[in-house]
Parts: sequence; structure tokens; C-alpha cells
Amino acid sequence: MSNQSLPAVPYLKIPEGGEPYLEGQKCGQCGTTFLGERSVCSKCGARDQMSAVTLPNSGKLYSYSIVYRSFPGIEVPYVSAIVDLDDGTAIKGNLINVEPDPENIEFDMPVEVVFADALGRKDADGNSYLSFFFQPKT
Amino acid sequence: MTDAYIVGVDMIKFGRFPDKTVPQIGAQAALMALDDCGLSIQHMQALYCGNLGQASGMVGQRLLQEIGQTGMPVVNVANACATGATAFREAWASVKAGLYDVVLAVGVEQMGKGLLGGGGAKTGIPKEGLIGSGTMPAVFAEAGMEHARHYGTTFEQFAKVSVKNHHHSTLNPKAMYQIETPLEEVMNAEMISYPNTKLMCSVNVDGSAAAVICSEKKARELGLMDRAIKVRASVLASDPWQERDLVMPDVNSCTQKAAKEAYEMAGLGPEDIDLIELHDCFATAEILHYGNLGICKQEDAGRMIDDGEVALGGRIPVNVSGGLLSKGHPLGATGIANIYEVSTHLRNEAGSRQVEGAKIGLTHVIGLGSACAIHVLERAQ
Repeated sequence: MSNQSLPAVPYLKIPEGGEPYLEGQKCGQCGTTFLGERSVCSKCGARDQMSAVTLPNSGKLYSYSIVYRSFPGIEVPYVSAIVDLDDGTAIKGNLINVEPDPENIEFDMPVEVVFADALGRKDADGNSYLSFFFQPKT
Repeated sequence: MTDAYIVGVDMIKFGRFPDKTVPQIGAQAALMALDDCGLSIQHMQALYCGNLGQASGMVGQRLLQEIGQTGMPVVNVANACATGATAFREAWASVKAGLYDVVLAVGVEQMGKGLLGGGGAKTGIPKEGLIGSGTMPAVFAEAGMEHARHYGTTFEQFAKVSVKNHHHSTLNPKAMYQIETPLEEVMNAEMISYPNTKLMCSVNVDGSAAAVICSEKKARELGLMDRAIKVRASVLASDPWQERDLVMPDVNSCTQKAAKEAYEMAGLGPEDIDLIELHDCFATAEILHYGNLGICKQEDAGRMIDDGEVALGGRIPVNVSGGLLSKGHPLGATGIANIYEVSTHLRNEAGSRQVEGAKIGLTHVIGLGSACAIHVLERAQ
């Protein structure tokens, strides 16, 4: 078991002694940014042109759903959000610190990426995880 | 290349059959489609069998063990919710290519209850409800809300899709349900994933559908042209790259691509279509496809449902079978059940839900991941 939290997804990076951040892979040929490791660009087909980039911690809400029914043991309601980060990368996650009501959620509302414990979820070995969330920008 | 015709087609009434096996459920529709054209299993030169839940289980061969082991080649097909339509298309392609004169396509599924999607994690921790939602109601809610952000489509307009399709199903004895659901009831039903309430989610049911596809020469030889349905276009598309692909499964661009190619192949346009069976897996999904299939501009989709243009009796009736929302959605069977529905109207045999004077119809399914299959059908001249 690790003493430190592990990343909930592979594109969340936790540098030793530094702030966590989200990492993208950018195609050197067409400029498209992807989440997660890959060696071939699915837009233009270029091979071995990917390089890691740090994704911005702010963006705008593109689309969402308020989830009231999920699998057993998953706490509801919560807002499942699609966010366009400031560099254009699309990313999905939970929108927190907002009343889960369409009245309070507006398309294109500015949001920021925050890092926090993965809702107390632990793996079979008892490891804790760090995840990312979106919250309305103040 | 020869033209290919549907000469026999049928589906079982959708329902829940826990005491039957998948091959037994599929065998029922296969026999019904054979009876529809008066042919026997010995006439069939190949079987294309669509099933998702037992994709590695040789369902087609086990189906023949129920109804006749002639030794014919069997191809088992899985392609998410486009599974049945893909099996049909492979059968069509084999006839078009001149490989066979008469073949059988079957789609079958036995479903559990409950939510689909958002599979559990094999390592680490579950991501559902942590990194958004991967459940199907949420994924299609997000796709609907994308339409809402661009065109102002409302919760009420999405709900009206479900009112319409449930109404249509009251006229279809083969639908799972024949129950009217007024607008207030749809909007006030349990919210599953805003804006999709429980009555705006398709029904998990068991079902099967089958079609016999024949070359023109063979159909004439067998004297089967009277009720034959010409396949004017068969198109399959995967999802071309889109900027939000990795977080938002794309059901729009592959539908638009397949529709464009289908109209080109058929040599006609959306204005020539008399009825459509499209993939209303959720009420939000149906609205997207009015524009994607070109029967209106994207921004007019909400108005289409408000004005009743897509209802039975309207300009272009959509899902007069009751759709996936009320007829039910047995994943592997849905694509051929849609083809059965449109064929039945083109044969003027749809009874009280008949679309009057229907000559040309279109079927559409989407398998998330994504696969889109479109067929354009016409009553043989």
C-alpha cells in the first residue's frame, strides 16, 4: 500500500513535491490534444509525433447531465460535465460545489479544475486516490 | 451487380422470455420470416446472425441446431446497437456480390434489467460518479444537452418524443407496451439523468427479428416479387474524428455521414422518404437525428415535434412502431425489427398504424462506440 495518493486516471500527474496537474498528448503534426498516452494521432494519422503538455486548469462548461440514477453504491445526484479547457481540450468529470439543478447550471459558465481525494474510494489494496473535479470559477 | 430484395421479414412480439435460450428466441423470428415468403431453411445459402450478449457464443450455429442444420456458412455479428442492421447488411452484401441468391439474416437479444454502460474498473477504483457518468441515460442526456445549448431545445420538447412514440405503440401489437403516456406523466416520471426521465429511456426487452434476402433473378424465379421490398441503399459508417470524441461518444457525425451516402446510393433525398424508424434509445437521441438525417434543419428539430410533423399523420412520421422507447430495444434485434416495420408499411400491411401511401422508407440505428447503419427501402415495382 502506498502512503501517497495514486492518480485516479492516468492523465492526472502527481509530481513529487509539486502541484498535481492534468496532462495531454499533443500531436506535432496537426496540433490536436488528447487525454492519455498514445503514439498515433487519430485525427491525422501521424506516428510518433506526440509530446506531453500540461493542460490548463480552467475552461467552460460545454454540456452536462444531472445523474439521479447510477449503479449501486454510487452517491447521487451529481453533475456529469463536459468541459472545454482553455486550450480547447475536451474533458469529462464531475461538476461540484453547485446545486444540481438546471436553474443553476449555464452553458459556457467558467469552471476551474480542482484536485481532491477520490470521494473516499480505495482500491483492493487500501490505496487512496487523488482525482480532479470542476467547480464554478469564483 | 444484381439488386437485392427482402422477400420475407418478421419479428416476434417483444417481451421478457427468461425461460428461453437466445438461439430459441432467434429461431422463432427465423421461422416466421421463412413462413412470410413460403421458403424453408433448406433454401437458405447462408446465415448472418446478430447478437451482442453472447457474441462469443456461436448463436447462429446454435440457432440452426434448433431449426435445421444444413451445413450452410454462418457469420456471427456483433456491432453494439447496430448489430442487427450490420448482420442484415452483410447478408445484403453477399447477395449484391453474387456470392449467394438467397440468405437469412437474424437479430436476437435477451436483456437483463437496469442501466447499461459505465463498466466496472478492473484495476484501481470505480470511475462512475467520479469522472462524470458512463451510464447510457447520462451519455445520451449530454448529447441532448449539446443540442439544447446550440438550438434551445427544451426538456418539454424532448419529453414530447416519448409521448409520441408511446402513443404510436398503442397501435402496434408487437410492441412491448401499448400504453399512452401524457406529457405530465413523462415529465414527472422518475428522473434518471436530466433531462431523461424513466419514460424517456428505451425498454430493455428480449426479442428477435429476421429477414430473407434474395437476388432479383431468384425472387422472380420463386414468384416472390409481389410483396418484395427493394433495398435501395445499405450504408454502414463508423465515427469520423471529432474534437470531443474521447469524452462524448459521437452519434451525430456518423449518422450524417451514413445518411449522405445512403441518399447518394439510393439516388434520392430526404424529401422522398415517407416514413423513418430511427434510433430513439433515449428521447433526447431522437431529436438529434431529425437534423442528422436531413428531414429538417438542426435548429427546427424542436419545432418538428411541437408541430406533430413526425407523428403518424404528419409530414414525415418517425417511429410509428413505438420506437425503442415503447416497442422495446433488444440490442441485436433492433436493426432488423426496424426493417420489418418499414417493410410492413411499404407492403401496406401495417393495419391501424399504416402510413398511408408509403412508398419509400428509411431505417437508422446507432451503436455507441460508434457504428451507424442506414437502409433505404422501397416497395418493388
